[in-house]
Amino acid sequence: MAQDKDPVLRHPKDPAALLDVIRDVQAAAGHVSDEAVGRIAAHLKLAEAEVRGAVTFYHFFSLAPRGRSTVYLNDSITSRMMGRTAVARAFEDEAGCRFGEVSADGAIGLFPTSCIGMNDQEPSAIVDGTVFTALTPDKARAIIRGLRAGTPARDQVAAFGDGANQSDLVRSMVVNNIRRRGPVLFGAHETGAALRQAVAMTPEQVIDEVKRSGLLGRGGAGFPTGLKWEFCRREKAAQHYVVCNADEGEPGTFKDRVILTELPRLLFEGMAVAGYAVGARTGILYLRSEYAYLRDHLEAVLAGLRKDGLLGRSAAGLKGFDFDIVIKSGAGAYVCGEESALLESAEGKRGEPRDRPPFPVSSGYQGLPTTVNNVETLATAARILAGGAAWFKALGTTQSAGTKLLSVSGDCARPGVYEVEYGLTVADLLEMAGGAGAKAVQVGGPSGTCVAPAGFGRRICFSDLATGGSVIVFGPRRDIFEIVENFMDFFVEESCGWCVPCRAGNVLLRKKFGKIARGLGTAEDLREIEAWGKLVKSTSRCGLGQTSPNPILTTMKSFPELYEARIRKGEAFVSEFDLATAIRDGCAAAGREPECKESLHD
Amino acid sequence: MTEIRFTIDGRACLAKPGQTIVEAAKANGVYIPVLCHYEGLKPAGSCRICTVRVAGRYMAACTQPVTEGMAVENTAPDLEDMRKSLIEMLFAEGNHLCPSCEKSGNCELQALAYRYRMMVPRFPYLWPVRTVEAGTPLVMLDRNRCVQCLRCVRGVRARDGRKIFASVRRGARVAIEIDRKLAARLSEEEARRAMDICPVGAILRKGTGFAKPIGKRRFDRTPIGADIEKGIGR
Repeated sequence: MAQDKDPVLRHPKDPAALLDVIRDVQAAAGHVSDEAVGRIAAHLKLAEAEVRGAVTFYHFFSLAPRGRSTVYLNDSITSRMMGRTAVARAFEDEAGCRFGEVSADGAIGLFPTSCIGMNDQEPSAIVDGTVFTALTPDKARAIIRGLRAGTPARDQVAAFGDGANQSDLVRSMVVNNIRRRGPVLFGAHETGAALRQAVAMTPEQVIDEVKRSGLLGRGGAGFPTGLKWEFCRREKAAQHYVVCNADEGEPGTFKDRVILTELPRLLFEGMAVAGYAVGARTGILYLRSEYAYLRDHLEAVLAGLRKDGLLGRSAAGLKGFDFDIVIKSGAGAYVCGEESALLESAEGKRGEPRDRPPFPVSSGYQGLPTTVNNVETLATAARILAGGAAWFKALGTTQSAGTKLLSVSGDCARPGVYEVEYGLTVADLLEMAGGAGAKAVQVGGPSGTCVAPAGFGRRICFSDLATGGSVIVFGPRRDIFEIVENFMDFFVEESCGWCVPCRAGNVLLRKKFGKIARGLGTAEDLREIEAWGKLVKSTSRCGLGQTSPNPILTTMKSFPELYEARIRKGEAFVSEFDLATAIRDGCAAAGREPECKESLHD
Repeated sequence: MTEIRFTIDGRACLAKPGQTIVEAAKANGVYIPVLCHYEGLKPAGSCRICTVRVAGRYMAACTQPVTEGMAVENTAPDLEDMRKSLIEMLFAEGNHLCPSCEKSGNCELQALAYRYRMMVPRFPYLWPVRTVEAGTPLVMLDRNRCVQCLRCVRGVRARDGRKIFASVRRGARVAIEIDRKLAARLSEEEARRAMDICPVGAILRKGTGFAKPIGKRRFDRTPIGADIEKGIGR
C-alpha cells in the first residue's frame, strides 16, 4: 500500500496528529476498528488506551461501525418543536433500525446528535457530511431510499440556499436567514482596510484602540478583548498564537455559521489584526465538525487573501509581519467551545478543559501564549480598526458597546440572524422576529436564562441578559418541563466527566427534576434541587458545570407557579416506589410472567 | 525567596511563591481535604473536595496558587457541607462495597466519609453498571469503586513514557481503561505503585488482597488529615 494512501501513515508520527488520523480512519472505514487503534497507537507512539480515549470522547468518532451511510439527526428542543419525532420515525421505518443502531445490512446508521447550528431551519440532520434542513417524513424516507439506491447524500441536495451557500465550494441547502443588517458586522467594508490601518499603527496602539472601543468577548463570557490581547502580548515567549473559536455549540446559536458563510474575509482580517496586536505568526481557526461543509470555501478564501498579500509573507505589505491561518477541526463535543478544552482538542487530545490558572493568554496552544476569541469578536475587532473606537462605542449601551448578532429561532414568524444594538429589550426583539404571544424566551441557550413574559422588558446586554447569541422563542402551548428536560439531557450528554459535581451532579439534578416533573415532588424537593444546583454551579471546574443547572434554576425563578402546581402540597414525603412497576421489572429480570391465583390468606 | 502572606480562616500563614493553597496550608499545619491530589503529581482538580472560598469565589485549592494577601475560607459550615455532599455524590455515583473491599481502612474516600461523618448519602444511588477488568497479570481494575481522580492516569507510565491508564468516553459514562499490552509488561514494583496511587480499591494488586488485617490499616484509628493537623506532615 502506498504510504500516502494509508489514512494512518500519511500523517506525521506526532501525537498532535491524533485527531486528524482518527478523522481520516473514521471517514474511510466508518469506524475505528481494533486493528486501526493498534496501528494508530504504534504510529504515534501512544498507548492503545489513549487512542480509544480520544475516539470515544468525540461524538462523530466510533469504535463500532456506524453504517456505510450515517444519519445524525439533531435532537435539540427546537428540532422537536418543528416535528422531529415524525421525521425520526420515518428514518427508522425506512432504514429498518432504531436511532442508535445500524441497519442489519450495514448500510444505514441512525444517531441522534446535539444542536448542529441550524435552529432556524429544523428539523435538520447531517448525512455523510451533508446538511439537510427543514426535514419532513417524506424527505427523510427519500434520503434513505436514495442512499440505498447508490445516490450519495451530497447529490441528493436539490436546491441550494442563498449567498455563498450556492457557491461551487459549498453547494449547501442551508439558508442564511439574515433578517437585520446592522452597521458593524454587516456594514460596508473593504477587505484589507482594517489590517492596513492596524499595521500603520504600533501593536500597542491597536490594543489601545480595541480597549477604547469597549469591545467585550461575543462568545458569552464578555471578557474585554483589548485586555486579553494585552495580557497575551506581554507574555515573553518564542511564539504567540491567535485562535478563533468557531465551535458555537450552544443550542440555538447559528450566527457564527452565517459569519463563516458570508463574512469570512472580515473574520480572517480580524484574526490578522489580532495576530499583529499580540505578536503572533500563526492563527488557528478551530472549526466545529458540524460546519465542515464550509471548509473548502474557507480554504479558498484564505488562498485568496494570501494572493492579495493580506496573509502570508509580509502580510498587508509590512516587512516582518508573516501571519498565516490554518484550520483545525473538532469532532462533536460541546465542551470544546470552552477555550481551554478547545486548545486541548486542537492539540489532538480529548477535549477536556484545563485548570486555571494558568490562563491561555500565558499558557495556551502547545503551552505558548494564546488569545482565544470568538468568531464574532474577531470580525467585530476588524470593523473597529476600520471605523474607529469612537464610532463603535457610540453604539449600544455605556457598558455594552456595539452591536450583537442574535440567532433567533423557535415559535416566531421570522427566525434568523439579527444584528442589533445592545440594550434591546426582549419585547423589541419578539416584535422584530414575529414572536407575539410567547410564553417564554430562552436567552443565551440552555446555559442562559429562561425569561417569562413579566421579564420581556429586560435588556439584552452584559449587565442584564448576557448572551452568546442564542434566543429561542417558546409559544403559548409549549411545556416548560419538556424544555428543561431536553436541556438537562443535553448537559448530561455533553459533560466531559472530569469533575464530580458536573459529572454526577447533572445526572442527579436531572433525576430530581424528573421526580418533580412526574408530580412526585414535595416542597422539600424544590428546596433540595435549588441547593444541589448551587453546589454544581459553585464547585464545577469549567463553564459547562457552572451554568448547567440554569435550565432548572432560571425556570424555578421565572415560573414558580408551574413548580408549585406540580408538587404535592402539604405532604412531607412522597415515595417514588411504584409497586406495579417494580413487579414488572422484577418479572422481566427473572424472565417469567406473574401468575395470579386467588389468595388463601386474605 | 520572598514569602507570601495569606490567611486561612483568619489565621496568618506564610507560603512560598508558586505554592498551591493545599500545599501552603499543609506547610502551615492546616488540613484541606483532598482526594484526587497526590503529592508529586500535577494537580487535576477533578474531585473538587478541596474547594475553598476566596473573596466570595469558589476555587479548587489543589490547583490555585496562593497570592499575597489572599484570605482563604476553609471551614465555613456551608463549605464543609458542600465537601460532604461531593463525597456523598461519589458514593451515590459508583458501587462502593466498603465491608468487603480489600482497601477498606486504607481507602481515602472511606476515610473522608468518616471525617465528614457521612451516614447515608443525601443523593439517590445511581447503581451504574460497570465492568471489572482482570485480564492483566499483576493488577485488576474494578471500575465500580473508581472515583475518576485520574491519579493512575497521571502517575503510572510505561518505561517509554506511554500512559498505562487512560480515560475513555465522557460524561457519566467516563471510565478508566487499562492498556492491556502495556500493563502486561508492568514490573512488581510498578504494579504496587499503581495500587498505592489509587485512593480507593479500584486498582488492586492481584494475590495480596488482605495482607494487613482490618483494624491495623492506615485510617482504622487515625482520621485522615490528622497527621497534618498535628504537624507531622510539615
